[in-house]
Amino acid sequence: MKKSLICVSCPLGCPIEVEIENGEVISVSGNTCKRGDQYARTEITNPVRSLTTSVKVEGGVHPVVPVKSAGPVPKDKMFDCMKVINEATIKAPVKIGDIVIENICGLGVDIVATNCDCGK
Amino acid sequence: MKYDVAVIGAGVVGSLITRELSKYNIKIALLERANDCAMGATKANSAIVHAGFDAVPGTLKAKLNVRGVELMKKVCSELHVPLKNNEALVVAFSDDEIPHLKELLERGVKNGVPELRIVNREELVKLEPNIGDTAVGALVAPTSSIVCPYELTIAGVENAVTNGAEFLRNCEVKNIKKVDGDFVLDTTLGDITATYVINAAGVHSGEIAALIGDDSIEIVVRHGDYYLLDKSQGSLVSRTIFQCPTKMGKGVLVSPTVDGNLIVGPSAEDIDDGDDVSTTPVGLDKIYVNAIKSVPAVSLRNAITSFSGNRAHPTSDDFIIGSSKADKNFINAAGIESPGLSSAPAIAEMIDGIINELSGGFEKKENFDPIRPEPVRFRHMTTEERAKLIEKNKAYGRIVCRCETITEGEILDAIHAPAGARDVDGVKRRTRAGMGRCQGGFCGSKVVEILARELNVPMNEITKFGGESKIMYHKTK
Amino acid sequence: MLNYDLVVVGGGPAGMAAALKAKEEGVEKIVILERAETLGGILEQCIHTGFGLHYFGEELSGPEYAGRFIEQVEKTDIDVFTDTMVLNISGDNVVTAVNNNEGLMQFKAIAVVLAMGCRERPRGALSIAGSRPAGIMTAGTAQKYVNIDGYMPGKKVVILGSGDIGLIMARRMTLEGAEVKVVCELMPYSGGLTRNIVQCLDDFGIPLRLSCTVVKTHGKDRLEGVTVAKVDDKLQPIPGTEEYIECDTLLLSVGLIPENELSKDVGVELDRVTSGPVVDEYRETLHPGIFACGNVLQVHDLVDYVTEESQIAGKGAADYIFGKKKGGTFINTKGINGVRYIVPQRVNIEGEENLKLYFRVGQVYKGAKVVVECDGKILSSKKKVKLAPGEMENVTITTEMLKDMNKDSEIIVRVEE
Repeated sequence: MKKSLICVSCPLGCPIEVEIENGEVISVSGNTCKRGDQYARTEITNPVRSLTTSVKVEGGVHPVVPVKSAGPVPKDKMFDCMKVINEATIKAPVKIGDIVIENICGLGVDIVATNCDCGK
Repeated sequence: MKYDVAVIGAGVVGSLITRELSKYNIKIALLERANDCAMGATKANSAIVHAGFDAVPGTLKAKLNVRGVELMKKVCSELHVPLKNNEALVVAFSDDEIPHLKELLERGVKNGVPELRIVNREELVKLEPNIGDTAVGALVAPTSSIVCPYELTIAGVENAVTNGAEFLRNCEVKNIKKVDGDFVLDTTLGDITATYVINAAGVHSGEIAALIGDDSIEIVVRHGDYYLLDKSQGSLVSRTIFQCPTKMGKGVLVSPTVDGNLIVGPSAEDIDDGDDVSTTPVGLDKIYVNAIKSVPAVSLRNAITSFSGNRAHPTSDDFIIGSSKADKNFINAAGIESPGLSSAPAIAEMIDGIINELSGGFEKKENFDPIRPEPVRFRHMTTEERAKLIEKNKAYGRIVCRCETITEGEILDAIHAPAGARDVDGVKRRTRAGMGRCQGGFCGSKVVEILARELNVPMNEITKFGGESKIMYHKTK
Repeated sequence: MLNYDLVVVGGGPAGMAAALKAKEEGVEKIVILERAETLGGILEQCIHTGFGLHYFGEELSGPEYAGRFIEQVEKTDIDVFTDTMVLNISGDNVVTAVNNNEGLMQFKAIAVVLAMGCRERPRGALSIAGSRPAGIMTAGTAQKYVNIDGYMPGKKVVILGSGDIGLIMARRMTLEGAEVKVVCELMPYSGGLTRNIVQCLDDFGIPLRLSCTVVKTHGKDRLEGVTVAKVDDKLQPIPGTEEYIECDTLLLSVGLIPENELSKDVGVELDRVTSGPVVDEYRETLHPGIFACGNVLQVHDLVDYVTEESQIAGKGAADYIFGKKKGGTFINTKGINGVRYIVPQRVNIEGEENLKLYFRVGQVYKGAKVVVECDGKILSSKKKVKLAPGEMENVTITTEMLKDMNKDSEIIVRVEE
């Protein structure tokens, strides 16, 4: 079986063809770099995405601070992660890279701040 | 609450009437259904002070238009509202239309309009080099001017409030009863009692009159779409360019605005719902086709917004001003379509006369102040003036609206003025913040922030123009 | 009057990169004037990732990308005025600015870098019929409400325009619990990056309707719905294809316009296609000593390219300040056959370094060639898997190629199918 994908690893957006047999990836073509190959294989078996959103901050200049998942999370777990993040509150001051939530949903991925808020 | 006079409707007519009456020692309330003044036809019309050649001689329209032009200068100078005497042209696009110009000229002379003359193509092109190729001649009306109708209205309400009148917003009149010789108005703010009621309710003036059993006012809602173009198009013409009028009105005009934009419109279509100010694809299309006939260089690529207004067209074809047949203390200022803006100061003067005759003459206030102080207009200032201003008040050093160069200080002034702004559009009409080419894309959220801070409410309670026009819902977190 | 070697107007990625490069080149007195409260520009609200893959070799969010430059600026002696609006630039490079701390300030500069960025096209430019309720805003405004102010501007959303901001906001609103009903695109192709269509729309099952537009808005106070319709190949709505979609929010992502009001005031000549200044390969405008870079020069899809371009401008400004900028013989570049524009518009044939010409195409091409030619001679020809209007392309002009050109030459870039 063949499957067509668009690689989302970088803005190039390479169209990729994946050949699958019995659920296993036989070959990947159309990618420009290694990341494309990697992307295609994960996308077939366990699609993942990086998650970006914001988290409530107390005593900050702004009411929210942007955050991201330090690594990709399974695509179907994004809304589970959002639920946890939406219930969290952190306190200013916040620096880029500060861990906001450790090991979110037991996925082995931390949620980290992506901007600073030195507080009021 | 008991008042001597209740004015229903805070459009330009209601505003100037209230201001006129605020010179007396009486209690006046100006009742407005919306969250601000100037929310009906006043905020969406051609913004022209017509010379007065258009109305049929002998009508109220003719009389009040010409008188209005005389009074407008004084009113605008007292209220510090920019009025620009830019002249107007009615352009003929074929020899067949020339007799029409002559007819307008004769009418104008009968109405007492000064200095009218007809020019041929050669002269016309000298006056307006960008005029269309098919134009053959034009009627020149040197007394025609442009003014910002909502600025005039806001200034009038501010001045009236300064002189003691009360401005009641979100106050919709639902019913009117007569109790012990006074009117009791059942409103969304509760009962309001008044000895005299003035009906300046625009497209709804027929419905308001009907509340006291006066069914004589028949209003047709005439809908008109407009385009407002970027300032880069504002100098395509210096005069207001009309085409020959039709029975639906004065036709499509192309005119600079006092703020330097170009306004193009209106279309004209009779509709049922007086509150429906949706623009229509047909209307917008019609404007464009007609506008490029007058001025081919008009380009919609430079449109910064389109909008529409509903004019209150009386089936009688003339303004309806005077005591109602149903009750003499209920005074109509109804059916005010074009030239309503031009006539507004004269309508106020006329109502003043009528009500004083009814009351036997109100006592004048000793401390009436006709002057509305000139608002700070940072964009019009020199570098030195700006430096001085910021030294006095730092809020004028923060630019909120980049396109129009509007400072936080001006926005604060607009919010804290008498009858000040309560919503984003109110700030926009008072300061021009959000009226530029980005249409509030950048400053919109800042204006919301400032309004929330100054009115001491959460950001999600700030509206675009009152009612349910909320801009934001809940907090994300 | 404050004297500076270089005044940089705008403290976003373009302004910071230009200032830092000029500093690196040895320019002493540099000031950045930024109208927002912080440096970073629009990146501050672009909290999604996808920035920096080219430049830093890793995928960063907007604030992280900006943060790296802010950190560098802070380490230098570059002066920064935030919350400061430039009101005017005069012909002799005096920049007048204002803020509420220092009041009115005037900066006399040897060179000026314009880095004001761009703004979104508003609804007015579209002539959509209908009412004017709350709930109609540009995607960028909504992005600020959600990401900076922490408020939801809507619950049921229709997005018009499939530019990247529109796509990104479709995902963002969905993640925050809104229902994004559809993204409509007037053109037969999306103006956004393909990967954004995948990860912002496909991932969430949000339909993208091509050749479709919003023809009417409904609702008096708050938006209640929109009418969408298919358009024909002249982009005109097709009668009979109208469909009503209930929604409380319409986000517009219908194009970006470089903010060149200051440039126009000072008399900088603009390119009619890019709406940005006409520049040479050093990113100097036709007004001596005034340089331009970033989205004020041309709308970019990748911030990495903004950085690259701004470093060129920073270097150019430094050379100008030190009197090192060479005169030379400048010839024009020209895009034809599908190439809508080229930046830079002018090239010095006596230049001593290879240079890149950036351009965009007017439609989607698959397997077409990008051909560079001069005086009838083909200089290069390269086959591309895909060319799309949403993605900026570039070709390299080597000094070798320049050698054969003369003052009447014209460098032409075209698409060959």
